[in-house]
Amino acid sequence: MARRSAIVATGQTHHRSIRRDVNGQEIINEAVTRCLEDGDLTINDIDAVVIGNMDHFEGINYVDCWSVDGCGGFMKPTIKLTTGGTTGSTLAIAGHHLVASGAFEKVLVIGWEKNSESDTTGAINTAFCPIWDRPFFAGAIAGLSVTAQSYADRFGATPKDAARVAVRDRRHACLNPYAHLRKEVTIEEVLASPMLADPVCLLDMCPRTDGACAVVYAAEGLAEKMCPQPAWVHGVASRHMFSYVSDADFAGGSLFSMERAAQELYKKTGIKEPLKEIDVIEMYQPFSWAGLIWTEDMGLCKKGEGPKLVWDGVTDLGGELPINPSGGVVSTNCIGATGLIRAAEVALQIQGKAGERQVPDVNLAIATGFGGCLWTDMLAYGKNKPE
Amino acid sequence: MSPEEKSSKEQELQKEGLLTIHSAKEAEQPFLYSVGRYGSRFLEEMQKNKRFVGVRCPKCGKVYVPPREVCGPCFVKMEEEVEVGPRATLDTFTIIRFPYIDPETGDLRPVPFGYGFFKIDGSDTLFQHYFPIDDESKIKIGLKFEPIWREERTGSVRDIEQFVLVEE
Repeated sequence: MARRSAIVATGQTHHRSIRRDVNGQEIINEAVTRCLEDGDLTINDIDAVVIGNMDHFEGINYVDCWSVDGCGGFMKPTIKLTTGGTTGSTLAIAGHHLVASGAFEKVLVIGWEKNSESDTTGAINTAFCPIWDRPFFAGAIAGLSVTAQSYADRFGATPKDAARVAVRDRRHACLNPYAHLRKEVTIEEVLASPMLADPVCLLDMCPRTDGACAVVYAAEGLAEKMCPQPAWVHGVASRHMFSYVSDADFAGGSLFSMERAAQELYKKTGIKEPLKEIDVIEMYQPFSWAGLIWTEDMGLCKKGEGPKLVWDGVTDLGGELPINPSGGVVSTNCIGATGLIRAAEVALQIQGKAGERQVPDVNLAIATGFGGCLWTDMLAYGKNKPE
Repeated sequence: MSPEEKSSKEQELQKEGLLTIHSAKEAEQPFLYSVGRYGSRFLEEMQKNKRFVGVRCPKCGKVYVPPREVCGPCFVKMEEEVEVGPRATLDTFTIIRFPYIDPETGDLRPVPFGYGFFKIDGSDTLFQHYFPIDDESKIKIGLKFEPIWREERTGSVRDIEQFVLVEE
């Protein structure tokens, strides 16, 4: 049985569309410095470093080596992890694994991206099969739009339902000083924004962001001494799907990997009624429609009832189960960091350090990751140590 | 941001002492990918005989198009070739309206165009291709389509020009 681990410190940059004032190493260092300050730590306290981004976005394939000065990995064990969109959540899982396994006591985990430095639609192409997928590939937007189309066809959800999700997240982002887009949008504005790929409009989609995030994981025994309220890992789950985009079963738009990951995570953590027992979710929701479909896939409501859950205000700050109090991915998307920001934001919620976006009485929180060929990571964190 | 806006922003930043380096005009880095025996069979059958072949998993019975060596969920090797098609059902689709640089050509992809996932009759997986959008209102999930084969075929998924609605 693995030992318990917790996030004890977090740091992130103020995310922006273009950070021309810093190069990649410097943006990494900004997040690391803030994280160490948050934990009242120095780099000497760190035993190992795990770092990641979507390396084809910056075109540097040797990130662990190239970023050593900025990431604090000098003369430490430092490894790179990169799993596309899930990079950040994979990093969050890795930090836990490395500590829970007993291999290390204190691990620094860093996710970052400088989306401004390349044409990301072109770069993301390189993640897919050169023979069968690339000839048709039209960016992440196309792959997501077809799931929305399938969902709308099966359950009758409308672009207005999806727009309500975008409105929620953009409103939440106004309370988050780190968020990239900090201006509310209305349903009308979302529906009137340019259509990218039917039925997804510009304001349904995430932006491209430069940003970085860092967290420190510590082992039980240490974590309690390092901060007044560690965010304890209660469980993690990861489910990968298919090699080829076209092997996915799009029927109804459901994310099969998320259903399975949620089932496994609930089993591990003893969650029987997710809507009641979870206090806050930071969902890796790259576009608005996912905020309808994936509430169903996470078992928060029945299939087809996502829109009702959202319209009833259940997922707004102040509702029964707030989703994305940080503003989520439609407000900030520095891809390599995005999944890790979900974990950092959830940790802040548990620690009571989430400022104006704080959800009251957070005992159990979930962070999710999504990426590439439709796979899912899910992590549960709690105020108290897990059983 | 337009190229003009971008370049004037870069000029502003330059004045603040913040420079940028352009990487070599997107240096061409060619790769020569092996398709493998199964995929090659598929491409050859399209080129020579205008027909689709898939492969069936001996364990779960699922038919994969395009064919490949291993059934991922079962993790077993597949041998049984199966003819599928020629028609297909539209499983899901979108109409791409945003222009983007096609990395295959380096040029801006002309939009709008129809992008569909087709379940070829007899197959359990989907096949990506294009469809015409002269009448968008006709396109619905569940309708039957058929491939339009090019006269000149080279053993590529582009041997099909696009899939068109079967109107009976």
